[in-house]
Amino acid sequence: MPRLVSHPDEVKLVSRRFGMGAAEIDRYIELGGYASAKKCLEQGPDWIINEMKASNLRGRGGAGFPTGMKWSFVPKQSAKPKYVLVNGDESEPGTCKDHLIFLHDPHAVIEGTIIAGLAIGAKVGFIYLRGEYRYLLEIMEKAVADAYAKGYLGKNIFGSEIEFEIVTQTGAGAYEVGEESALMESLEGKRGVPRIKPPFPAVVGLYGGPTVINNAETIATVPHVIEMGGAAFSTIGSPRNGGTRLFSVSGHVERPGVYELPMGYNLKKIVYDVAGGIRGGRKLKAVVPGGSSTPVLLPEEIEELGMDFDQVGKAGSMLGSAGVVVLDDQTCIVEFALRTISFYQHESCGWCIPCREGTDWLKKSLTRFHAGFGEAKDIDNIQYLAENMMGRTFCPLGDAAAMPTLAFVKKFRKEFEDHLNGRPCPFAKHVEMAVI
Amino acid sequence: MSPDNAKTESMSLFSPKLSARLDLLVEKYPVRRSALIPMLLYAQDEIGYLSDGVIEEVARRIGITALDVRNVATYYSMLRFKPAGKYNVQVCTNISCMVRGGYEVFERFQEELGIGHKGVTADGLFSLEEVECIGACCWAPAIQVNYEFHDELTPETVSGVLNDYRGRAKAEGISSNA
Repeated sequence: MPRLVSHPDEVKLVSRRFGMGAAEIDRYIELGGYASAKKCLEQGPDWIINEMKASNLRGRGGAGFPTGMKWSFVPKQSAKPKYVLVNGDESEPGTCKDHLIFLHDPHAVIEGTIIAGLAIGAKVGFIYLRGEYRYLLEIMEKAVADAYAKGYLGKNIFGSEIEFEIVTQTGAGAYEVGEESALMESLEGKRGVPRIKPPFPAVVGLYGGPTVINNAETIATVPHVIEMGGAAFSTIGSPRNGGTRLFSVSGHVERPGVYELPMGYNLKKIVYDVAGGIRGGRKLKAVVPGGSSTPVLLPEEIEELGMDFDQVGKAGSMLGSAGVVVLDDQTCIVEFALRTISFYQHESCGWCIPCREGTDWLKKSLTRFHAGFGEAKDIDNIQYLAENMMGRTFCPLGDAAAMPTLAFVKKFRKEFEDHLNGRPCPFAKHVEMAVI
Repeated sequence: MSPDNAKTESMSLFSPKLSARLDLLVEKYPVRRSALIPMLLYAQDEIGYLSDGVIEEVARRIGITALDVRNVATYYSMLRFKPAGKYNVQVCTNISCMVRGGYEVFERFQEELGIGHKGVTADGLFSLEEVECIGACCWAPAIQVNYEFHDELTPETVSGVLNDYRGRAKAEGISSNA
């Protein structure tokens, strides 16, 4: 069972029921569960969407798109059935928050899905979990079965005239499927490659029907927005960034863990206070703020940095999935960059050439470089390659691979230079002969 | 349906329990094909890998060609076309695990088992894989043995994990003989 952590600065909304047995439906109800879904049934779709808009809740998957606005894009009338899709394909390295949501609070996901369904007029919701999360899928499946048994799902939910079904689904190992249109392809039983947009999912999504797709954390946050009211929720975070965020803090900190903090919380405090500072009394070298695809930040860049979508964007990085990876002064940045690009090379679906070829060549260059066989011009080549991947692919995976690589080269150029011919890795870890 | 097809349909590779589960699975979705990926995974759980026979049976159940099934299956890294060990040890070495010793843990598993990446032990009990992020970054370094997570490993705790599974295999052997 993954270890739970706590800190006095936390504002526990989404994680409020963690460790309290809320995977059992009666316990969930006892702790206030399903009241928000009932309230939404009484109030109707327009009210729900207005509350969501007022909340300033933005997508927790990484893009930070306002949830209320996303829901409002779905046409009211549609010849094809509409769908709600919950993205639980959590795969961004550094991110493990949805893991805890599925484990401790599966009914919050179900309740949020019901509310999204009511808001857009969908009769079916799908909850897609990554294949590795089998034990969590089993927890979700039991929770769904229990919700059916109570009449919260089915033909007449909560005794109303409204029908809503939930279907759970498993992936089978593919980072790319976390991209919304690739997830739809996968759910339709195909290879998980992205679709060309437009049309956007709100108009043409799953099975060609209008679809709302939200991250599992976003969906699990929805019942809390409804419970406290959109306006109250928005006051928790920073301007235009409503509520809290589950920060997965990992790497060289004393107390790694998933912490729920208000949007806009200072990153330096996350590292030094909430997560207990650098392990073993070492010095901080760098922080990856929002999962492996987000550009790395230097210690001086986190001093005044508030962790919300706008502030991290302004600092030249992204809040992303809020996976904070902390690196101490013994970390080899070239090796770290190589491991990052190896991941994207492995996970590139091969659909777009700049991503398929770009990730491959970046991996080859960095492998050779880290092994001590690089040349000075390689540093510029790596940068040139990465720059030419940016914005040239159907989905964000190409950018996700290029962005961090560019930041590593730009911010740690000296460390790259230290790896040049005849000067092996100063940290001398895991150096393997380059196989090219 | 030709008589030949009808004949092969009755000869399922899957246990009655799995067959029943897959029959329900195809009814879950608006489109039958949506059952494909879970069906492949559940079949692999029982048979051990996606043999030609498994692929053909899945194709028949969904109503698509075996080639189409193969085309999809090769995309997903958890699906395999060769047998793995009874316990498939998957060691994450992605960034959060790497910086807390994921490679050292992976190396220790290699030493203890005497096999490398994608290797299978001679007795068929274990196989080993280096895998990408498994979503346990805050409890790194983490591994999965089949679908079970083990968190916060060190090279020193590796043999304990393996012995636990050896014990389980032994217990299963004893109970199945009894």
